[in-house]
Amino acid sequence: MSLALRLTRPRQVTGVWALAGVTLILVLTLILPPFRTYQLATVGAYLCVTAGLTVLTGLNGQLSLGHGALMATGAYTLALCCNAGWPLTLAFAAAILLTTAAGAVIGLAAARLRGPYLAGLTLAVAVVVPAITSTFDDTFNSDQGLPVALEPPPATVTVEQWQAWLSWGGALITMLALTVVVRGRFGRELRAVRDDETAARLAGVSVARTQVLAFVISAACAGLGGALFAVLSQSVSPGAFPLSLSLFLVMAVVIGGLGRLAGAVWGAVLLVALPALAHSVTDGIEAQRLEGNLPLALFGFALIAVMLAAPGGIAALRIPWRRKA
Amino acid sequence: MKRLWPLLLVATLAAACSDSGGGGGTASTPGVTGSEILVGTHMPLTGPAAAGYSKIAPASKAYFDFVNAAGGVHGRKITYKIMDDTYNPATTQQVVRELVLQDKVFAILNGLGTPTHTGVLDFLKTNRVPDLFVASGSRSWDQPDKYPGTFGFNVDYTVEGKILGTYIKNEQAGKKVCFLGQDDDFGRDALAGYEKILGPVAAKQSYVTSNPNVGPQMGALKQAGCQVVALATVPGFTALSLGTAAKIGFKPQFVVSQVGADLTTLTKQLGPAAALTEGLVSANYLPLATDTANPWIQLFKKAHDQYNAGAEFDNNVVYGMSVAYLFVQSLQAAGQDLTRDGLVGAVEKGGFQGPGLVPLRFSADDHSGYGGEQLSRVQGGKQAYFGTPYETDSEDGPVNAYTAAPAAPPANGVPAAS
Repeated sequence: MSLALRLTRPRQVTGVWALAGVTLILVLTLILPPFRTYQLATVGAYLCVTAGLTVLTGLNGQLSLGHGALMATGAYTLALCCNAGWPLTLAFAAAILLTTAAGAVIGLAAARLRGPYLAGLTLAVAVVVPAITSTFDDTFNSDQGLPVALEPPPATVTVEQWQAWLSWGGALITMLALTVVVRGRFGRELRAVRDDETAARLAGVSVARTQVLAFVISAACAGLGGALFAVLSQSVSPGAFPLSLSLFLVMAVVIGGLGRLAGAVWGAVLLVALPALAHSVTDGIEAQRLEGNLPLALFGFALIAVMLAAPGGIAALRIPWRRKA
Repeated sequence: MKRLWPLLLVATLAAACSDSGGGGGTASTPGVTGSEILVGTHMPLTGPAAAGYSKIAPASKAYFDFVNAAGGVHGRKITYKIMDDTYNPATTQQVVRELVLQDKVFAILNGLGTPTHTGVLDFLKTNRVPDLFVASGSRSWDQPDKYPGTFGFNVDYTVEGKILGTYIKNEQAGKKVCFLGQDDDFGRDALAGYEKILGPVAAKQSYVTSNPNVGPQMGALKQAGCQVVALATVPGFTALSLGTAAKIGFKPQFVVSQVGADLTTLTKQLGPAAALTEGLVSANYLPLATDTANPWIQLFKKAHDQYNAGAEFDNNVVYGMSVAYLFVQSLQAAGQDLTRDGLVGAVEKGGFQGPGLVPLRFSADDHSGYGGEQLSRVQGGKQAYFGTPYETDSEDGPVNAYTAAPAAPPANGVPAAS
């Protein structure tokens, strides 16, 4: 029944979801204290990335361990553009365009690789970020990173509210765009390539083209997410995009649920909530030195628990009494 | 419809999180109540810069406990919240936001690190949070027009470079001088100081804390035939540089920035190779922990034994306590009606007498900390001062000897209200 509903009137359903999301975010930004609003903004920025990664990994079956590096590309582009005096909208556009281009280059190589080789290539991309920033330290200023020159928001809203609206605006556009993309012909091609490349090829789908496009789309999303992070922290540095970020991203979309975009929302929430949880656990007791490693452990436990209880991820969970309906 | 429940859960989760926010703070001055002052800091308790530095904040906290036990400042106890940023500028952004937005601290005290703290200057300014006595010698802290609430503590790296450069010019005349520094404002400011005195160095190299290997750099300096190597390094990388040089049979005279030259820390880092520190020249502006005849060291040792006994008493502890002492002085000067503007005004008025060998320079148009240093050398496994303290500026001013005797600490160890 619900499947039929989704197929017959997808536009209305998407519209209702978008409206509910916008209302929820608006209400939350108005009632939450500043720090929670900032965390909410961070969830929005993560959502851009995890949504793109869900399309790439979940719907197209390509693994990327290098999305942290793509985020760094977006963040540094935005920082350099803003510091050069560009308006914020242009800087965002530049960040997305440049990351898309970077994604196209990586995607072209990735489309020729499978399994561990693909993981290896993208891993190398993630590892190379700090080396690039310290090799070209005149531009990127090494580990210290760059400040991001931003105009203050309109006087009637707080900085945190402004940040939350900005990043959830980006997240909303990303989610809507991706929903439209994966629902159409291209979405079916993505899944066909994921499920069986030979069968897809026989059906007239260009496998390489589909794979490169999937990578490009998810790179654009990562670029937007990275640029949002630069705005949120008003600075960029390689320490914000370590290898562990790329691994966290993959873990988050797996825990959230790879099969559907809703999983990306869960992933983004976890990326903010689990480190915060780790922090509140160690807060007050003399275990501050644990803190750096605890989020990793928590993510590991969450991954094991979710895979045992719900192999499809959190988004695939269903409340039993609903199933009977 | 059934897909709505995840969204609802997110909402409840966020709402549940929200009521744990806040905490402390009155409407007028955040972080200050009738009985408490909440202050925060960011420190590398773990990570590449933790060696030595992780002991600073606990020492400050110990001195605050000492003051609290004596009745606090204007009847208020000081609570010091220490956050670990692992010397990663991105993490510093996170923890400082949490301190300011969630914990609503009155001020940030002694936030450690050039690359880390540089990134939060704008945030602290926007939120009008006093940013006192930054634990770094970058010249960025001294910009009263741009960052009116930010004050340094350490002698700035350019002043230090000029003083150490003067030593090299006089005592190591004619030798080939080279430089290894951190690839940020720390290294750049230090190199600027050396080059003001010595002219261009023969070879310069840099390192990043995220890559614990200085093999190529040390190899290049050996290749260049360096006889004196000036280091602008954090303690872990000082030890790494000494060890790496020894491994490739490279034995220059090392001249090291105060922030990377605490002998206890280096000895621990080098382990069985601790003898490599012999002859190391550095400088400092606080009494050395080994100088047990100094009344300030006696005071700090007393507070240390009472409230920080688990840690070894070294120059990091002396540093942390000196910062805490200066903060208590500032609070005393700011008076009973404590406000953020009042505190900044009190620091700008200056005139603080403390353990330093040279005066602090605070005024309305100077937010830098100590203005000079005295040279020290490691001899027979002991670090000791020699010569007199020197003072200079970070521009082209001369390097002058400073001979006034330091003040004595108050009898009860707590600075009086002024």
